[in-house]
Amino acid sequence: MYSNTIETIFIMVLVLILSGCAARMAILPGEAPPMHTVSEFCDDENVSLTRDPWEGFNRSMYTFNYEADRFVLLPIVDAYEAAVPRFARTGVSNFFANIREVQTFYNCILQAKGKKSLVAFGRFLTNSTIGIGGLFDPATAFGWRRGNEDFDRTLETWGVGTGPYLILPILGPNTVRSAGGLAVDGGVRWAIANAIDPFGGTGASTQIETGITGLETVDLRYRESFRYYDSDYPFEYYMVRYLFSQERELKIIR
Amino acid sequence: MLWVERKGSVMKIAGCLLIGFLLIPAFAWAVGDDYGYSITDYYAATILGTPQNLRPELAGEVPVKTMVLETDLKKPDIFFYDRGLRYTVAFQDRKAPLVFLIAGTGGGSKSAKIAALMANLYHAGFHVIALPSPTFPNFIIDASTTHVPGHLSDDAADLYRVMERIWSQCKESIEVTDFSLAGYSLGGTEAAFVAKLDDERKVFDFRRVLMLNPAVSLFSSVSQLEGLLDRIPGGPRRIGAFYNRVMAKSTDFYRKGDFVAIDDDFLFAAYQAQILNRDEAGGMIAVSFRISSAGMIFASDVMTHGGYVVPKDRELKNSDSLHDYFWTALHLSFLDYFNEYFVPYFQSRHPGLTREGLLDTLSLGSIESYLVSSAKIGVITNEDDFILAPGDLDYLRRVFGPRLKVYPRGGHLGNLEYRDNMAFLIDRLRSSTW
Repeated sequence: MYSNTIETIFIMVLVLILSGCAARMAILPGEAPPMHTVSEFCDDENVSLTRDPWEGFNRSMYTFNYEADRFVLLPIVDAYEAAVPRFARTGVSNFFANIREVQTFYNCILQAKGKKSLVAFGRFLTNSTIGIGGLFDPATAFGWRRGNEDFDRTLETWGVGTGPYLILPILGPNTVRSAGGLAVDGGVRWAIANAIDPFGGTGASTQIETGITGLETVDLRYRESFRYYDSDYPFEYYMVRYLFSQERELKIIR
Repeated sequence: MLWVERKGSVMKIAGCLLIGFLLIPAFAWAVGDDYGYSITDYYAATILGTPQNLRPELAGEVPVKTMVLETDLKKPDIFFYDRGLRYTVAFQDRKAPLVFLIAGTGGGSKSAKIAALMANLYHAGFHVIALPSPTFPNFIIDASTTHVPGHLSDDAADLYRVMERIWSQCKESIEVTDFSLAGYSLGGTEAAFVAKLDDERKVFDFRRVLMLNPAVSLFSSVSQLEGLLDRIPGGPRRIGAFYNRVMAKSTDFYRKGDFVAIDDDFLFAAYQAQILNRDEAGGMIAVSFRISSAGMIFASDVMTHGGYVVPKDRELKNSDSLHDYFWTALHLSFLDYFNEYFVPYFQSRHPGLTREGLLDTLSLGSIESYLVSSAKIGVITNEDDFILAPGDLDYLRRVFGPRLKVYPRGGHLGNLEYRDNMAFLIDRLRSSTW
C-alpha cells in the first residue's frame, strides 16, 4: 500500500516533468485560472531551444540594460552623433574593428583555420599601414572579407556546450560560454596591451586607455541599432532570445 | 546586412521575422499585360514586396521623427516601458497639405509599409503623420477607450481623438493647407470609419481618403488568413513544428550558398530556388499574423483583467516569465479571440447585443450608404489580394464604382511600393476628383 503510493507519486512527478509545460502554469492559491492555459497546447513542438533557467534574472538584466541605455548610453551616443561627423565615426569603427583582427587571428589559429588566420593577419597589416592605423579599411576593397572570430567560437570548435542563456549588463544577450569567451578575449587583449604598453612614454597611459575603452563602448552602442522595448511587442524578450540563437546557428558554418 | 555585424544587428525585431518568410516558391515571371510589377504569385508578392529596382527613386533623407503623446493612465507593471502613444511625423518646412496614415493589423508607426508611404509622400511634398494600428499593443494600452481592439467604430473614435490631440500638439510648428487620410489593410477599413466620423465632426474635413488593400469584412478577412493554417501539416495546432521546419530549410539554404547576409539578394535567391511550396508560403503569412495577434490578445487581456490567457487578478512584474502566455496566445486564432473574448465583452456592456448584430458592424456594409455617396473616398486593391473573400471585389465595385482601382496582381500590399502604384496613389491624393 505504502510503496504503491510512493510509486504513484513518483510516476505523477515523472509525468509532470516530462510533459514539461503542464506543470509550469502555476495558478496561485485563490486565483481563478484563465480561460486558456498553455497545457492545452503541449502537443506542439517548441520553437525556442535556448535553455533559459535564469529567466527571472535575465529579464531583470534586460530591464537594467534598457534603463542604462535610456539614462547613460543613448544620450552619449546622441551627443557623439551630433558632435562627430559620419566619416570620423566610420573611422573610429574601423579602428576598433582593426584591433579585433588580432583576436580573430589567434582564435583562427586555435581553431586550426589556417587560411582565415592569414586573411586576418593580412587585413591587420594592410589596414594598419595603408589604412593609416586602421582608420580606413582598404583590405575589404582588396577582396579580403572580414571574419569575426572569438574565443566563444574556439570553445565551440573544441566541443564545449553553450550553457544557459545569460544577459550581461550593457553587453546584452550571451550564453555562459560566450560570456567566458568575452572574458578570455578581454584578458588576452589586456595582456598584449600591457606587454606593448603603447602609451608608456606619455606618463598618462591609464587615462588614455580608459578613454579608449570608453570610446570603444560608445562605438559599440553606436553601431548597434537595436533598442530595448522599441518593438512595443509584449513578448520582445523571447523574440530577441530566438534571434540570438538563430544568429549563432547561421554563424556556425563559416 | 542583418547578420554581418557581431551580436546585435540581429535583434531587429522586424527584420527577424523575415528570415522565416523569405523563402517562397517561384512562379512564372513573365505575364502578358503591361503592368510592370513582376511577381505573379500572390503569397510571394506579399512576402517579398517590391524589388528595389521597381521602386521610385527618392533622393535625399526624410526627416522622420518619433513623437510621444503622453497619457496619464497608470499602467500595469509589465508595461512599465510604455511612456505614451508613439507616432511618427515627417514635416515640410513650408505650407503643405497633410496626410494622416493608419497602419495595418499589428503594425506600429515605424513599420516598413508606413516608412515607405511616409518617404514617398514626403518627397511628393506632403506633411505626414503616421499612427499605429488600434490592434498594436502600444495603442491598446494608451489610446484605446475599451482596450479591446477590433470594434471598427470604437477604434475609429479612438483614432480620431488621437488625431485631434496630435494636431493640437503640432499645429504651432507647421503650416497646413488641408487634410487627407490614408490607411492600409485593416487601417484602410478604419480610414473609412474615421472619414465618416469626420464628416459629422468636421475637425479636419478631409479632402481625400484612400483605402489601400482594405478588408471588406473584418471577420471574413481574418477567416481567410486563418484558413491558410489549415493547409499546413497538422493544421493550426502545429504552428511551432511548422515554423521550425521552415526555419530549418532556410538555414540550410543559407549555409549552402555563398551569402554574406540575410538581405534582398538572399531573399530573391531563395524565392527563385523554390525553397517553400505555396502552402508553406501561405502558412508563414498566417504565422506572422498570429505573432501580431498574440501581442494584441495579451495586451488587451492584461489591460481589461479579462482572465482570457492571464489569470484575472494576477499583477505581472517585469521579471515574471511570459513564456506560457506567449505560447498560449500564439495558438489562439483571431476567431477564438472574437468568439470567446470580444463578443462577450461587448455583450456585457450592451445587453441584448447579438453575435450577428455585432458582426454586422464590423464591415464596410455597416456604413455602405455613406461610402456610396462620399466622393472623397477611394479604394486601391489587387485582383489577387487574398484577404478579400469571394464576392468582396464585386462588392467594392458596386459600392465605389469608378473610385475603385484594381491592379491585376500584387497579393496583399506586395505592390504598394511599385513606382506606378505609388505615382497613382500620390496623384489621387493631390487631385480633387477621381
